[in-house]
Amino acid sequence: MSTVKTQRRVSYFRRVGHASGQIASARVTSALSVASLRKRYGRTTALHAVDLEVAPGELVGLLGPNGAGKSTLVKIACGLVRPSGGQAQVCGAPAGSREARRALGYLAELFRFPGWARAEEVLTLHQQLAGSDGGAAERTALLQQVDLLDAREQRVEAMSKGMQQRLGIAQALVGGPRLLLLDEPTSALDPVGRRMVRDLLERLREQGVAVLLNSHLLSEVELVCDRVAILSGGRVVAAGRPSELVHAGGVEIETGDGVRRFPQATREQVPALVAELVQAGARIYGVRVLTSSLEEAYLEAVGGRQEEAAA
Amino acid sequence: MSGAVVVAGYALRESVRRRVFVVVLLLTTLFVGLFAFATAKVFEHTGDFTIGRNIGTLDATGLIASTMLGLGMFAILFLATVLAVFLTLGAVRGDAERGLLQPLVVRPLGRTSMLLGRFAAAASVCAVYVALVYAATLLIVHQASGRWPDAVAGPGLALIGGSAVIVALALLGSVLLSATANGIVTFMLFGAGLVAGLMQSIAGGIGSHSLGQIAHAIAIALPFEALYQAGLHALTADRTGFTGALIQLGPFGSSHAGGPLLDLWAAAYVVLALAVAAWGFARRDL
Repeated sequence: MSTVKTQRRVSYFRRVGHASGQIASARVTSALSVASLRKRYGRTTALHAVDLEVAPGELVGLLGPNGAGKSTLVKIACGLVRPSGGQAQVCGAPAGSREARRALGYLAELFRFPGWARAEEVLTLHQQLAGSDGGAAERTALLQQVDLLDAREQRVEAMSKGMQQRLGIAQALVGGPRLLLLDEPTSALDPVGRRMVRDLLERLREQGVAVLLNSHLLSEVELVCDRVAILSGGRVVAAGRPSELVHAGGVEIETGDGVRRFPQATREQVPALVAELVQAGARIYGVRVLTSSLEEAYLEAVGGRQEEAAA
Repeated sequence: MSGAVVVAGYALRESVRRRVFVVVLLLTTLFVGLFAFATAKVFEHTGDFTIGRNIGTLDATGLIASTMLGLGMFAILFLATVLAVFLTLGAVRGDAERGLLQPLVVRPLGRTSMLLGRFAAAASVCAVYVALVYAATLLIVHQASGRWPDAVAGPGLALIGGSAVIVALALLGSVLLSATANGIVTFMLFGAGLVAGLMQSIAGGIGSHSLGQIAHAIAIALPFEALYQAGLHALTADRTGFTGALIQLGPFGSSHAGGPLLDLWAAAYVVLALAVAAWGFARRDL
């Protein structure tokens, strides 16, 4: 049952994607294009023929339980891991090629900068490696974006984990990448830091930067992402806009006699329902249109996959 | 600026900022001081030095000067090995496990450039270190004995070449092994090379051709040892007679001369080790 639902969602996502122009057409090169991507580590298959597209300026969230293959997918995209099969392209260039690496910025889930280096030095090194000629102005702008301008002379080893993570985000933005691959970028951040990252991602989207955001924080993904792909067991088990993934949960109408529930009703049916109740003499105090949250959609998709695997 | 140069600069800066050079300088000063003290003390008793009777004319000062220089060469190669291993042992797998490598590798510079940068930095540091300490030992022995070795530059260059071979091996090990395992393996290879050198001396002493061949094959398989042996030989290459034979049979002498073929083999060995390392690094999932 769950599999059927999943398949329906994937195809729906594709249809909607094409209709709204969210997925790159033949004329627009995708920031990230992944087709039938497979990866095996010995006997373990981390990715089973995964398809995913991220259009320029699009913010896509990658969700899934631990071991779902999210980090493997991101690592293949940035050339750290070689795929066992299928294709991955970054801005039209094969993933891992010099052209592809030139086009992307990456923040690893588990990364470290040398403790002896100062924030400014870390960015300078990455500017040199990325061939960026932005100089001090670029470094200042990046540090300002992640609220680390005052810490530019601070050594990494003296920074909190959150500061290091923000420096990691600044590092990923060196050279003005067209695709940003962020693997758990807010895992060490406090709510203020997370808000800062959300604002930053929205600014990047306005600038046309594509972002693939790998995160466990569903609420965050729901808030900021244009689309979401849910991975489980190395497969895309659900994908689409967050609003597409959640589904109607009925309507609740608060009347003088108590709350009346209409589990099958949709938002469009609310005026008719209210009119019917009023005609029947009920007094209406409130109406709530219920939808499932992304978390529920996620659990449903992942749970279904796990049940299938167990079967 | 090429990626390799940027990485080399980064590695050197890391060594400076981590105070690697300060520690190395302090410990090397201690070593050089001890060596100078020991050399001075040894030459205080040169007049008492006799071996048997009617064996031949013994140049005691020459023998001791050569032995002390040979000891210095051994110590320099060992210290250079320590330096080479600690500068490179975690360059690939170690840094990848700590999460230091990934942000750098995704940049457009390329993995081979990164490897070459690390090699250039470590080999340069070792070369400068070997040259300075070798010059210090030469001066100390000359000060105490009034003698210079038969060749001055050759043995130093052989040691520099030997340290470059060790850097290349350690870098290759850093691709294939964890940092700890790489350190152990590199030091074991260093030990195996030294044992081969001693075996060569023993083989020469007892006249065992087969033992000598085995030892020579090991020294060629580990060319840092062959270069070290060639350097030792060059120190006393012109020494003949009983003193020359005694030096060559001793633990800090060698009867194996180097030559262009060995130099070529050592250079090819470094290139081959780096090529295998680059191939392995390119295929490694991070």
